[in-house]
Amino acid sequence: MEVSVIVNGTGRSADVEPRTLLVHYLRDDLGLTGTNIGCDTSSCGACTVLVDGRSAKSCTLLAAQADGAEVTTIEGLATADGLHPMQQAFHECHALQCGYCTPGMVMAAVSLVDEYDDLDAAGVRAGLEGNLCRCTGYQNIVRAVLAASE
Amino acid sequence: MTDTMNPFTGGIVGTPRLRKEDPALLTGESRFIDDLHLHGALWIALVRSPHAHARIGAIDASAALATDGVVAVHTGADLEGDWAGPLPCAWPVTDDMKNPAHLPLAVGKANFAGDAVAVVVATSRYAAADGVEGVVVDYEPLEAVVDVRDAASDRLVIHEDCGTNIAYDWELTPDPDGVAAAFEGAVHHVTETYVHQRLIPAPMEPRGVAAVPAPHNGDMTLYSSTQIPHVLKVMGALTLGMPEQKLRVVAPSVGGGFGCKLNVYAEELVCMALANRHGVPVRWTESRTEGATATIQGRAQRQTIELAADADGKLTGVRATLLADMGAYLQLVAPGVPLLGAFLYHGLYDVPVYSFTCRSVFTNLTPTDAYRGAGRPEATYAIERAMDSLAVAVGVGQDEIRSRNFIPTEKFPYDSPAGLIFDSGNYQPTLDRAKELVGWDGRRAEQAERRAAGSTMHLGLGISSYVEMCGLAPSRTLAALNYGAGGWESATVRILPTCKVQVVTGSTPHGQGHETSWSMIVADQLGVDPDDVEVLHSDTAISPLGMDTYGSRSLSVGGTALWMATEKVIEKARAIAAHMLEANSDDLEFAGGTFTVKGSPDKEVPLAGVAFGAFTAHDLPDGMEPNLEAQVTWDPGNFVFPFGTHIAVVEVDEETGAVELVDYAAVDDCGNQINPMIVEGQLHGGIVQGVAQALWEEAIYDADGQLRSANLADYLVPSAAECIDMKLDHTVTPSPTNPMGVKGIGEAGTIASTPAVMNAVVDALRPMGITDVRMPASPMTVRRAIEAAGGTS
Repeated sequence: MEVSVIVNGTGRSADVEPRTLLVHYLRDDLGLTGTNIGCDTSSCGACTVLVDGRSAKSCTLLAAQADGAEVTTIEGLATADGLHPMQQAFHECHALQCGYCTPGMVMAAVSLVDEYDDLDAAGVRAGLEGNLCRCTGYQNIVRAVLAASE
Repeated sequence: MTDTMNPFTGGIVGTPRLRKEDPALLTGESRFIDDLHLHGALWIALVRSPHAHARIGAIDASAALATDGVVAVHTGADLEGDWAGPLPCAWPVTDDMKNPAHLPLAVGKANFAGDAVAVVVATSRYAAADGVEGVVVDYEPLEAVVDVRDAASDRLVIHEDCGTNIAYDWELTPDPDGVAAAFEGAVHHVTETYVHQRLIPAPMEPRGVAAVPAPHNGDMTLYSSTQIPHVLKVMGALTLGMPEQKLRVVAPSVGGGFGCKLNVYAEELVCMALANRHGVPVRWTESRTEGATATIQGRAQRQTIELAADADGKLTGVRATLLADMGAYLQLVAPGVPLLGAFLYHGLYDVPVYSFTCRSVFTNLTPTDAYRGAGRPEATYAIERAMDSLAVAVGVGQDEIRSRNFIPTEKFPYDSPAGLIFDSGNYQPTLDRAKELVGWDGRRAEQAERRAAGSTMHLGLGISSYVEMCGLAPSRTLAALNYGAGGWESATVRILPTCKVQVVTGSTPHGQGHETSWSMIVADQLGVDPDDVEVLHSDTAISPLGMDTYGSRSLSVGGTALWMATEKVIEKARAIAAHMLEANSDDLEFAGGTFTVKGSPDKEVPLAGVAFGAFTAHDLPDGMEPNLEAQVTWDPGNFVFPFGTHIAVVEVDEETGAVELVDYAAVDDCGNQINPMIVEGQLHGGIVQGVAQALWEEAIYDADGQLRSANLADYLVPSAAECIDMKLDHTVTPSPTNPMGVKGIGEAGTIASTPAVMNAVVDALRPMGITDVRMPASPMTVRRAIEAAGGTS
């Protein structure tokens, strides 16, 4: 079936099997490999993208469900002027090590900051519960999200 | 000590510096294994035994072969001639160690749930998965051996050809009579038994493999999400039976390893064999469930530790006995994992006599192997938990019992009773500072107040002081331990014509930030900008010599090779500069990237001028080779011994059994630090990984050997919500083992934190008569301990 989305501001479409997951559509059909896959159970959040502005685990959606939606992936955050403030904060706070969870974590954080005013550390920790990181112990991630939320 | 043993004067090393790895990782530019685009590649999916122990009967692939996109199905029997031998175990710790054949695809019998018995080859990953559903295997299930004590009894022998489930017995008792005498004369004799549950390493990136053949010239490129491209090249070529020079191994961006990517895996051999058969690239990406069942697991030990002490609680002897679970087969270094802890069951305490024995057994469970810390977390756990028991027996505080037993600073280098030489240490300040950071006395008072008030929210304080041995390792020491390889590392430093620098390292980062730290070292030495230093790694075509990254070895071994190679380049540059300045090279100073004639500051030449002169080679000293490049392979003379003290404060809800971490302090000493920001990051992550063993994580198997926590919904890798901000500080006691005075820090957090947390949990519950809680201290486990002790129900 034909699935069309607006990815990072550009209209894209591909002919895929109906069972194709959004994350595989993004990675394998559109070549946007920045979004990673870390589990089979929607537990880890590595595949988090924005669908119509809100964070979503792209392994939990069929590509067909995103037909007609606006999708933002990690490739859509930085501009010619540089990193997105959230990416910059992750860099400055050493909030990534192996970097595999990072695209999903950054997208989840962007959505979290967009959704809530006056985030505190507890709010960031609760808000990012669906995104796992094995390297950082989260301390610097929390610091980065708070820095970017200011 | 800091200044006298720190060779860095460039102002770069020792200061936090943001990572050059970050922009690519933050923007999705980095290429992990599954991101590689390989034209015409076939995908494989493994047919895995659902039984922990079963004879493999007929395999009917007809339905699979009729599935859209499926190209072929191969069984273990089909492919048995496609490899030269079984998967390698490189650490036969004893001459008579039992090592059952571990074929990439099982033939005849499956020995754990997840053992691959057949492989489906298809045009897409979806089709390969479909194909697996169409393979019908006629299994004859057998009784499974899942408990180490049951295994050791040989009631049921798993590998008939071995004749026993005991892989090996290994002992280290330098003075048996002394140990016996110590325990006979002991005033206090503490005996404790602890169980280390199985852990799933669970790096966020699953494993993945892509084998790209060149059928006509016989070359093969193996891409793998591995920590050990160099070791994999040697072992992969030998196991497949191909000429080593024809195999190139590349580790692309690797999304964490924690030891589980320090192996030679079935899927690597299967992809290479099938790439040969089909003549096109063959690839595989692990699912998370496969990561739980078919990637190695960690820990899995049952330990008994005995302490002998005099009336004051001064240790007079330590005796440790292990029963270690190897799982169904021996993976690459699995037999050696207990040995990496074998020397450390007396911790950082001054003990005259010592005994360690280990029996390692096979079970019908996923193979185990090195997992962050590998042997040292287990050793540290045993001694640090038992020291708390000793403190109770003697009637002193947990802090006091440690202070009484720390190896005194003046005894370094310290000849350990296990036969090691601890390079440097100064332990007491780390305990003092950690107590300050958590407000020890105030917390103790708060604990007492809560108890007096009859609160059901109990406070617990737990100390863990540790020393570990890392920086693997002197090759001769590894030989003495029967390890199959050396412990050196290689580095090349190459100054390009424009004075930019290329570094080639045999270390293989997967999150540790080597590109940044290595640049800082070289830049500090050469007086160039770290951004002008490019670090190349993880591709055997670019970096042909290496022993890879594990065991907190990269900096102290690989970094030292780098430092020495840079010094060598500077010496060559000095000779060229002297020629250019018509001076004696002994009269040149090198600082800030410029050679200056001592006493004649106007006579100088920048490194850039030397580099270009070395490139043009128009006017070099007689006999000198053009270009500025040096390669060094460094074999360390000793391990390095980082140390520190961690303190955990927990709150235990007596009614629900819930344990909450409320405060955590870590004071670590890894000698001179290259990039303190990275050191802290390693500690943060390491600490949480150890806390997770104490409180959350367990590979839970049922009596049939089925893994009940095979995904991230059931296996509780902590999220940000369970974790807290940790308070870190450090002391600096440089190592004399290497010229940079550095020690490893990659595993220290994990080594230290588990016992700190469990000591805190037990401390909270001790008034109820509880002296141990099994890990993980889940609400259910804690409640059962409380009920067993006769507490509220």
